[in-house]
Amino acid sequence: MDLFSLGKMLDLFSKYSSHFLGGAWMALVLSLITVVCSTIFGTICALGKMSRIKPLKWLISAYIEVFRSTPLMVQVMVIYFGAAAFGIKVNVPFMKDFNSFFWGLLVLILNSSAYVAEIVRSGIGAVDSGQIEAARSLGMSHGLTLKMVILPQALRNILPALMNEFVSIIKETSIVSLVGISELMFCAKDVIAISYRTLEPYIITAIIYFIMVFPLSKLVAYIERRLNASVTR
Amino acid sequence: MSHVKTDEALLQVRGLKKHFGHLEVLRGIDIDIHKGEVVAVIGPSGSGKSTFIRCLNRLEEPTAGEVIFEGQQINTKSADIDKIRQKIGMVFQNFNLFSNMTIMQNITAAPINVKKIPKDQAEERALKLLDRVGLKDKAAEYPVRLSGGQRQRVAIARALAMDPDILLFDEPTSALDPEMVGEVLNVMKELAEDGMTMVVVTHEMGFAREVSDRVIFIDQGVIQEENEPKEFFANPKNPRLKDFLNKVL
Repeated sequence: MDLFSLGKMLDLFSKYSSHFLGGAWMALVLSLITVVCSTIFGTICALGKMSRIKPLKWLISAYIEVFRSTPLMVQVMVIYFGAAAFGIKVNVPFMKDFNSFFWGLLVLILNSSAYVAEIVRSGIGAVDSGQIEAARSLGMSHGLTLKMVILPQALRNILPALMNEFVSIIKETSIVSLVGISELMFCAKDVIAISYRTLEPYIITAIIYFIMVFPLSKLVAYIERRLNASVTR
Repeated sequence: MSHVKTDEALLQVRGLKKHFGHLEVLRGIDIDIHKGEVVAVIGPSGSGKSTFIRCLNRLEEPTAGEVIFEGQQINTKSADIDKIRQKIGMVFQNFNLFSNMTIMQNITAAPINVKKIPKDQAEERALKLLDRVGLKDKAAEYPVRLSGGQRQRVAIARALAMDPDILLFDEPTSALDPEMVGEVLNVMKELAEDGMTMVVVTHEMGFAREVSDRVIFIDQGVIQEENEPKEFFANPKNPRLKDFLNKVL
């Protein structure tokens, strides 16, 4: 039986390349929006978790633990179908299927923010306490110390981990195909449905993911080495 | 050496105690520090001398007792500690220059953002201070490019930029390579000569003897002995101090 044919694969790619590339583009857009939003939201959560307001701490800790201890796929399902069950639909006039896009993206952001919050928290924790004492001893308030000393130094600590998170989000976007967002994995399934071929579209998909992720992860490793070289105190 | 000294007590410490859990680090310290006075604090490691100096600007919260600076008790809830700390400079053992800022930014950060001094004025002042500690050419560098001695001199300039009424030094030369100790002590000596009020926790007995007006010996959480330096080193009375001096001199 003809399970795999290289010729068929090249055929499929040339025939449906715009489809595949459109999906890849969507995956990148999702990742980019996710990383920007989760950096902001995750930082807020990290600060909240370190605050002195106990109920706030508990609430944020609960959120972080729930999202880190359940699979992304399950989160997507629960929230997407949960929203549907409660009849919550988010639509915009100019974009078809915005509802799926919205919920899929929201879950990606919530999931990623939980991880980013922990990254930021450890990055802040890694700032030398002497730096904070020096700022406070000059009369800087807690807030000013945070802004001028802690966050800039924490950012340097967390940048590599944050970029790695971005790289892994690209891969994780594949899961939101489940709720009908036409990213790369969804497009692969489209092509499978049209062409009655299974393995070739998936291999094409794998190759495209690899091309997106591999250079980025190498770039992150490079930047990490550069940062480490300049940080030594 | 005798400095400009007045009777006005700039800093008064009354019955200062500090516990860390069950560990009593300070067990009742009383001292007056006068304007223009240079007080050297010596003692074995673990004696509480660092904790003592850190209580003076409330980097450590005293467990009991009073720290009164310029007539105002600083260890109360109502005291505006950020405001008070503007007048109490501190220099640390590990310099603690902000690693994300240039030398210039290190010095001007607090004057600009806390005291709201215009940037150009703050930078002009910073250059003068850098000149004073012999590091004018390093303004644009980052701390990582400086030697330990240079970093500590910048840290002193940074503290001076806030125009403090008193400077606290917490073992300022202990983290330095021996050949860099002198350059930092020289800057401190010049400050003392200019009439700056200073409390210096130090292991440099030469500095204590030559520059300070008074030496206090802290051990087991209390001041065991205090005296003017000549007498302090020539005729120590407390047996623990005798023992300590025998070991370090």
